[in-house]
Amino acid sequence: MDSKVVNLKLSNGLLVLLKEIHTAPLVSQWLWYRVGSRDEEPGITGASHWVEHMLFKGTEEFPGGVLDKAIARYGGFWNAMTYIDWTTYLETLPADKIDLALRFEADRMGNSTFDKDEVDSERTVIISERQGNENNPLFLLDEKMQAAAFQVHPYTHEVIGDMADLESMSREDLYTHYRAYYLPNNAVLAIAGDFETDKMLARIRELFDDIPAGDVPPRKARPEPKQTEERRLTVSGPGETTFLKASYHAPEGTDPDFFALTVLDSLLAGPSSLNMFGGGISNKTSRLYRALVERELTVSVSAGLQATIDPYLYNITMTVHPETSPEDVITALDKEIKRLFDTVAGADELARAVKQARALFAYGSESISNQAFWLGFAEMFGNYEWFQSYLDKLAEVSPQDVQRVAQKYLTPQNRVLGIYLPDNNN
Amino acid sequence: MGINLNQTAFGSIPGPEDITRVELANGIIVLARANFNSPSVMVSGYLPVGGLFDSDEKLGLADFISAALMRGTAKRDFQKIYDDLESVGASLGFGGGTHTTGFNGRSMVEDLDLLMGLLAETLRQPTFPEEQIERLRAQLLTGLELRSQNTAAMAALTFDELIYAGHPYSRSEEGHPETIQAITLQDLETFHHLNYGPRGMVIAVVGGIDPQEAVDKISSKLSDWHNPHQPPSPSLPEWTPLEKGVTNRLEIQGKSQSDLFIGTAGPMRSSPDYMAASLGNNILGRFGMMGRIGEVVRVQSGLAYYAYSSLNGGLGPGPWTAMAGVNPTNEKKVVNLIEQEIKRFVTELVSEEELSDSQSNYIGRLPLSLESNAGVAGAMLVLERYQLGLDYYQRYPELVNAVTRQDIMAAAANYLDPERLGIAVAGPPKIQG
Repeated sequence: MDSKVVNLKLSNGLLVLLKEIHTAPLVSQWLWYRVGSRDEEPGITGASHWVEHMLFKGTEEFPGGVLDKAIARYGGFWNAMTYIDWTTYLETLPADKIDLALRFEADRMGNSTFDKDEVDSERTVIISERQGNENNPLFLLDEKMQAAAFQVHPYTHEVIGDMADLESMSREDLYTHYRAYYLPNNAVLAIAGDFETDKMLARIRELFDDIPAGDVPPRKARPEPKQTEERRLTVSGPGETTFLKASYHAPEGTDPDFFALTVLDSLLAGPSSLNMFGGGISNKTSRLYRALVERELTVSVSAGLQATIDPYLYNITMTVHPETSPEDVITALDKEIKRLFDTVAGADELARAVKQARALFAYGSESISNQAFWLGFAEMFGNYEWFQSYLDKLAEVSPQDVQRVAQKYLTPQNRVLGIYLPDNNN
Repeated sequence: MGINLNQTAFGSIPGPEDITRVELANGIIVLARANFNSPSVMVSGYLPVGGLFDSDEKLGLADFISAALMRGTAKRDFQKIYDDLESVGASLGFGGGTHTTGFNGRSMVEDLDLLMGLLAETLRQPTFPEEQIERLRAQLLTGLELRSQNTAAMAALTFDELIYAGHPYSRSEEGHPETIQAITLQDLETFHHLNYGPRGMVIAVVGGIDPQEAVDKISSKLSDWHNPHQPPSPSLPEWTPLEKGVTNRLEIQGKSQSDLFIGTAGPMRSSPDYMAASLGNNILGRFGMMGRIGEVVRVQSGLAYYAYSSLNGGLGPGPWTAMAGVNPTNEKKVVNLIEQEIKRFVTELVSEEELSDSQSNYIGRLPLSLESNAGVAGAMLVLERYQLGLDYYQRYPELVNAVTRQDIMAAAANYLDPERLGIAVAGPPKIQG
């Protein structure tokens, strides 16, 4: 993370972040757009994700199928992801082939065709993707819990969208969404790898400078009012396994409390990292693993905190042990949380969390794609400095901070508790 | 169309000049390669013990043991093992396979001694504490319950039972609830005592450490390990193809989507036509947006979110399959489309462009697959497992480019008989449509 990052804005508002890394003959490019499922009204839920699919269908210059073959021919890979706050497109290629990806991303920023037949054919693909998700009990539970946690804010619906909207959205709905948000002044281009910055920058200017800026719709998400009492829900479905999930309203990524909550998450449920590629480490000495898995109340526990634009959720997911009940698990969970309220954590526990985060950074650094991911990611809810100071901010967290954020966020009235109850209908 | 090798790119491809390969006196083979750009180290490897050693009644035993090794040793209990690892952000884990048991560990360079010590301890002195083993058993059983609800996993299992009837590959390495219930503590201890040993074990170490130092560290922990009982690897019986096409459908209540597998047994990794089959499979169901199968099923027909093919040639004749996740009403349509593609694949030469595209893809993706320590460690293990030679990745472009269109059709026809494919589907009760 030492080499310099070049950070500048083109005249049309496109933010460019470049980082030279010469350890492998590879370059990874990520183009981020400030659009996600939070920007969708009822009726077009799932539009951001569907637009992302349509951007693989091609442009006049690069018709569908041409690009994926070209990238594969060069031994690269490409993909895209849609999240609640953002959409991103990535290509990792041999260093001497990255120009293809630059040209293509510049082109599909405005020139994707959204052919009507292809929209229809992709409709069934996305419905199939949703049905695949529905096969998973945790998706069924998540969808209901997200809706319960957000009754005003558009974080209320899943990124993939509601089935009713997937069945009814038109080509025009999608194209309008695309043209509204796919603008240089609403995007961040982040590239890391084996290139020379001056040459790369000159090429970016050639390809992107002439794309006109536009009026980006304001991101006017209505703030979620403070939750004042615990919400509980039950979802039943196929299977024999019970799942329990606790979702606590959590601060946005740029809130100073975010870092203390990240450290708290490490103590409670195991090390968390910002790696998209590069893996993680186990959580068997975390407080919840000891209190729940080692005591045979659950067979697994995991948790996650996401850096988001608006306050989102801190989720704890538990697979309930067949010999116990969700109520027993909730009691044990609450006991561990009360321990955080009542007793200040040891400085050694915090130091350990920071060491773990450092190791995870080292593992993630091996991948050029992951390095490029890091460049752009923090811009979606904050800025690159957020990322650069991440480890220092974690190291600054004190045991009292952890106690304070536990008391502030991990209260019953601030959470949704969801239980997936199997109906044993097999 | 030939490929020009980019000398810069291929300077970083592992070969005899930068892979250290040492065989310890007790049979352990160590492969090491330095990556001083990295402050961390990856340790990966395998032992020649796996599900093939299991009886039908105690199927899943080898896999159970692989998970049980970390539950306590003569020197450390479960919490101590993980406290030592997690405190320094390191990881270590074992996983059971059909032929082998694999392991992966990772740490910062300064913590490598800890990692090596734990690897040696868990392999040589596991204690299988009863309380921990029962806890693990409950976790494995829950895993099997979840598997029974997973349409893709159950389609895969149904497929293996169909295609490999009477062959050990028909069996699930994870076992079944009743076989996991049948395993006793004594079984774990006996199996470990008889079957775990240094002969045939391979360890790869990649990262910010001098290779000789890595060899010395392994040697100091494992060179005095001996097991006179260690048996030879079990031999595989001949595989018999299906006499005709067969479809098995498994119903799982309450699901929205079906997963389907179509295929048969493919080549072993050591078969002379393996590379041709592999390149052919890339054309059939991988290249670009999942090859010809992805093109007809997803891109043209919009019938599935995923549709692709897979060739898993290993020490034996692993499966060669096409898979898709589809709406239950579209199962037949998708099966027909995939069958048509397989027919075309075995009866018509692939185009010159298709072949050269896939050759470029294979050669071009090598640097990307080798960028991380884990990628290099995995690649070195492949060299050893299949005896490919330390210069294999350097010869690789030549080997890939030597394959012809005729080679691919011959390999396809050698394995894929469109009239004798197995089809396995797992999904909700059938709705007519």
